[in-house]
Amino acid sequence: MRRLKLVPEETHYDFFKYRTITFGISAVAVVASIILWLTMGLNFGIDFRGGSTIRTQSEQPVDVAAYRQAISPLGLGDIVITEVFGTSDHVASIRIQSQNDQDSVSSATIDKVEKALQGVDSSIKFTSVESVGPKVSGELIQTAFLAVGASLAAILLYIWLRFEWQFALGAVIALFHDVLVTIGIFALFQIKFDLTVIAALLTIIGYSINDTVVIFDRLRENLRKYKTKPLIDVMNLSVNETLSRTLMTSGTTLIALIALLVLGGDVIRGFVFAITWGVVVGTYSSVYVAKNIVLWLGVKRDWTKKSNGGKGNQFANIDA
Amino acid sequence: MLHIETWKRVLIWGLVALGLLLALPNAFYGRVEAYNDELKAAQPDGSDAEPASGWVSWLPHGLVNLGLDLRGGAHLLAEVRTQEVYKTRMDALWPEVRDLLRDKRDTVGTIRLQPSDDGTLKIRIGNAEGMSAAIAAVKTLAQPVSSVTAAGASDLDVSGQGDLLTVQLSEAEKAATDDRTVKQSLEIIRRRIDEVGTREPTIQREGSDRILIEVPGLGSAQELKDIIGTTAQLTFQPVVSRTTNKDTAVGAGQELLPASDEKGVYYLLESAPVVSGEDLTDAQPTFDQNGNPAVSFKFNVSGARRFGDYTAQNIGSPFAIVLDDQVISAPVIQAHIAGGSGIITGNFTVEQSTNLAVLLRAGALPAGLNFLEERTIGPELGADSIHAGTVACIVAGIAVLVFMFASYGLFGVFANIALVINMCLIFGILSLIGATLTLPGIAGIVLTIGMAVDANVLVFERIREELKTAKGPARAIELGYDRALSAIVDANITTFIIAVILFVLGTGPVQGFAVTLGIGIVTSVFTAIYVTRLLMVMWFERARPKKIEV
Repeated sequence: MRRLKLVPEETHYDFFKYRTITFGISAVAVVASIILWLTMGLNFGIDFRGGSTIRTQSEQPVDVAAYRQAISPLGLGDIVITEVFGTSDHVASIRIQSQNDQDSVSSATIDKVEKALQGVDSSIKFTSVESVGPKVSGELIQTAFLAVGASLAAILLYIWLRFEWQFALGAVIALFHDVLVTIGIFALFQIKFDLTVIAALLTIIGYSINDTVVIFDRLRENLRKYKTKPLIDVMNLSVNETLSRTLMTSGTTLIALIALLVLGGDVIRGFVFAITWGVVVGTYSSVYVAKNIVLWLGVKRDWTKKSNGGKGNQFANIDA
Repeated sequence: MLHIETWKRVLIWGLVALGLLLALPNAFYGRVEAYNDELKAAQPDGSDAEPASGWVSWLPHGLVNLGLDLRGGAHLLAEVRTQEVYKTRMDALWPEVRDLLRDKRDTVGTIRLQPSDDGTLKIRIGNAEGMSAAIAAVKTLAQPVSSVTAAGASDLDVSGQGDLLTVQLSEAEKAATDDRTVKQSLEIIRRRIDEVGTREPTIQREGSDRILIEVPGLGSAQELKDIIGTTAQLTFQPVVSRTTNKDTAVGAGQELLPASDEKGVYYLLESAPVVSGEDLTDAQPTFDQNGNPAVSFKFNVSGARRFGDYTAQNIGSPFAIVLDDQVISAPVIQAHIAGGSGIITGNFTVEQSTNLAVLLRAGALPAGLNFLEERTIGPELGADSIHAGTVACIVAGIAVLVFMFASYGLFGVFANIALVINMCLIFGILSLIGATLTLPGIAGIVLTIGMAVDANVLVFERIREELKTAKGPARAIELGYDRALSAIVDANITTFIIAVILFVLGTGPVQGFAVTLGIGIVTSVFTAIYVTRLLMVMWFERARPKKIEV
């Protein structure tokens, strides 16, 4: 029977031939992302800066200018109106800034907006209204950063226990790379950044570490098998041996995600986009960032000498 | 060589069957939901009547709850203004302190309440030498704090400086009060929402002083706020004077409140109430002698006695009926009112009097609420999201099944069966624990579809490699499983750590995602390591192939 093969049975690609270039690209991408983040800022949703988001639906095409004209006399401060594309209905999203420094935007205000808009378009309906007070949004931002930080710390610790500290460092730097490059894309295209995107970032961390660990696991096995082979060759061998699996898994995950991206509706599109992007970046970084770091740091090869010094590989002998 | 003991096989198939059984009700969502509603309606009466329609009674009937983003409804995050209770407590304490010090007039001298911050009593005494006696006297009013952590501590802080006596709640008591206030608020909100009768509301405490309320199917957050946003604090207070000047000088222990039906009219009242809504045992909508809507009420024994005593002593003077800091009416006491019942009249509509009766019956919130977060999701948007999510799930599922079959042939089929079982197990567990499925949760499932095959792929790839060197197919399969295990375990534990962190730190939709991701990891490892392997072994025993192709 003929099989679908993403890669040939045996491969001998040299993944580390251009490592200065690939690593350089990654470094540049990270720096560029940080610059984009700092200069352009993120398009925070109401989860993180408070305010109200109203989703409108109408039988008539969305007229952003007319909407704006109707709402601006109400004196609600900054108003962002965007048409939502990719739905069969005429949907727009209206964002109002917080009206005080504690509570959520009051229903009375929302009613005023609804009345004003109905003057422009009588068929307009509010399909969802979400308001978050600045008090909560401030906490949500803190929790979000805490979640990302805690995840990275937990993974650093786990990989350290199961592998060597070089592996842990490589893995976590790769994760920083994934997270920052994703944030960079969100800054560049000014895609709405809300709580679900934080969930997406953590998912990316989860996926990327999954990928990294599989290759590390093979590397650990090969390092014991080929005690004298240069590290770079063992690494290349490990990556080649796991290449088929890496592409299969990324392939199935991407197939599922693309289905969701196209068919899942606009409400979660930002969220799914972040994960999709993250899967691609995460797969790349497993080889080109995490492994490169380990290659540079080097690993202890001679297992006969007991100079472990509490580096914590005592749990690592499960499949020796 | 490839051997799995019988008890293991039974256990594996048993778990799979259990999972399928638990997931089954979700395939008939509407029918089971109707059945559950009937069941719920039947039980509170104590009757054991079986619901007539729909579902087989011995089958499980747990369903995956749909989150608000999938079925529409209202979500509110409220903060309880716990400090308000301090003021109520102090206002109520003042008459007791006054009476106590009055008895000691010889040593303490004259006493006068001074204006102070809410939640503190400042009393100036005429004779500063009597301060220690005054402190000792007031301290007799203190009671031990009723909480485990601060057992033994006194609930009042009494201090004196010069001729100024200060009374306030102690820190331990404040903490205990805060906790009690939030618990009471939670209970009262639950009672009020139950009175309105909606399906499966979520009412839970968040952090120290917040309450999260989610009610599916309700039109808007505003409707929800109408029910729970009113404090409904009812008090009967002595009237000092009636005025139209809102700048009237307010003496200590007094407050100026507006009339609810007459604009520009204010009442100067004694802050300490004679009786309050806490002493109510019943409230019903009714009509007064002129046929206007009113609310009748009944006090408990102690409330009735205080009300009776007060009316007996103050015939001819007015008293105010105050609801949430507005004077509803201020009738003049005509006679001694014994028996502890009466009616409240105001310019009510029938609807208002009915509502007020509900609120008074359910009890007053001990403190007001601030609304920090409100979300309303229309049912149409929820239906759209479910539809989109379902389609995406099916398409993603089919695409992955085809891809796996094309890549691994027969072994792909094994993995595919495991994947379908995996999906059912996820739904089974979600139903069992009564988890809530949100839109990000669906995304979590789709992501699991993609990642669930990972464990299988790891094994298959490993078997392929082992086939090149191993002695026979059986040995290759065995080695493939053994050697892929550490990678599978490490990779999934790290992802599981993330799911746990998301669950602990996340809220609402993010938690929903974490739940499905976490369950998905567990079930996919189970299906990959046990179910696929068992399928493979069963096929192998039957076919006894000399050569296998993965």
